[in-house]
Amino acid sequence: MRKWIIAAALSVAFPAMAADVGLIKVSKGSVQIQRGAEKMPAAVGSGVQTSDVILTGADGSAGITFTDNSLVSVGPNSVFAIDKYHFDTTTHQGEFEGNLKQGRLAAISGKMVKQSPESMKVRTPSAIMGVRGTEFVVQVGEKTN
Amino acid sequence: MKLSLYLALAALCAGCATAPKHVAPELFAVVPGADGHVGAIVVHTEGDTRVIDSAYGAERISSDGTRETTHVTAAEVRETFGTTLAALPGKPTSFVLYFLEGKDELTPESKVEMEKVFSELKRRPLPDIMVIGHTDSVGSMTSNDRLSLARAERMRVLMIDLGIPAERIQAAGRGKRELLVPTEDSVPEPRNRRVEISVR
Repeated sequence: MRKWIIAAALSVAFPAMAADVGLIKVSKGSVQIQRGAEKMPAAVGSGVQTSDVILTGADGSAGITFTDNSLVSVGPNSVFAIDKYHFDTTTHQGEFEGNLKQGRLAAISGKMVKQSPESMKVRTPSAIMGVRGTEFVVQVGEKTN
Repeated sequence: MKLSLYLALAALCAGCATAPKHVAPELFAVVPGADGHVGAIVVHTEGDTRVIDSAYGAERISSDGTRETTHVTAAEVRETFGTTLAALPGKPTSFVLYFLEGKDELTPESKVEMEKVFSELKRRPLPDIMVIGHTDSVGSMTSNDRLSLARAERMRVLMIDLGIPAERIQAAGRGKRELLVPTEDSVPEPRNRRVEISVR
């Protein structure tokens, strides 16, 4: 009896390897990265990816460098989501859409904004802020002095 | 039963359309950079777009949605955003140190300067450092390639001694290919005998 071995091409479905778009450079107090359903501590050196949410506690603050050299920090009691991020190192074209749901943020824009103003945006519950450059702060909630 | 359903629907609608929305107050402000540069931000809400482009220029949105274009003071920014600003990673920057002729030894002035550079490097928790060595145009291509790399490597070793992880520092030599001060060949020029240290 002959046995036919049929070699079928195996299509192995790899989960899309998400690339780091930034790096946690400063992490003080309680800082977490929420990625999907998973929450992990944001130690210095942790990679940050699109769709990540940075969460800080009452004693927490964190600083992130992004691949276009933009710098973003979040203060205590903050929720900051990286809704969109992509950057072309050759053309310097890109899009960065952050979402400050709560808390405080400081930032210095990078190469992307230098190339095309307002390619970096920060959404808040009430507004959308376009960045023409360079250094700015945003607060959502609590007293605004 | 019909009435209760109607009431429930009415309550649902009141919540979405007519009740004044109550949101957290928001503040947006332009902060002058360390170099004094003042940038600009554009704050968009429904049908209202405002450009803020002065130092400490600010936009406030109150809980009831009203907007005010205003200014904050440096002290207010420090009070509200002190912890946040302190967490901003250091800006990518670069330093230049100069060497003695034909050697991988720093000039006395650059030795002093090096202390400052290294303390700045140490302040960064996770630096990405690139050290590029250069020479003046005295000597052959080969000997200058070797000397420029020796200069960069020398700095790299000093940084590792300082406690910076070796894998975060890259060293390269460019020989006499990239003169800071353009000269003819075989011209001793102190400003060309240097390393450039870039840190991110």
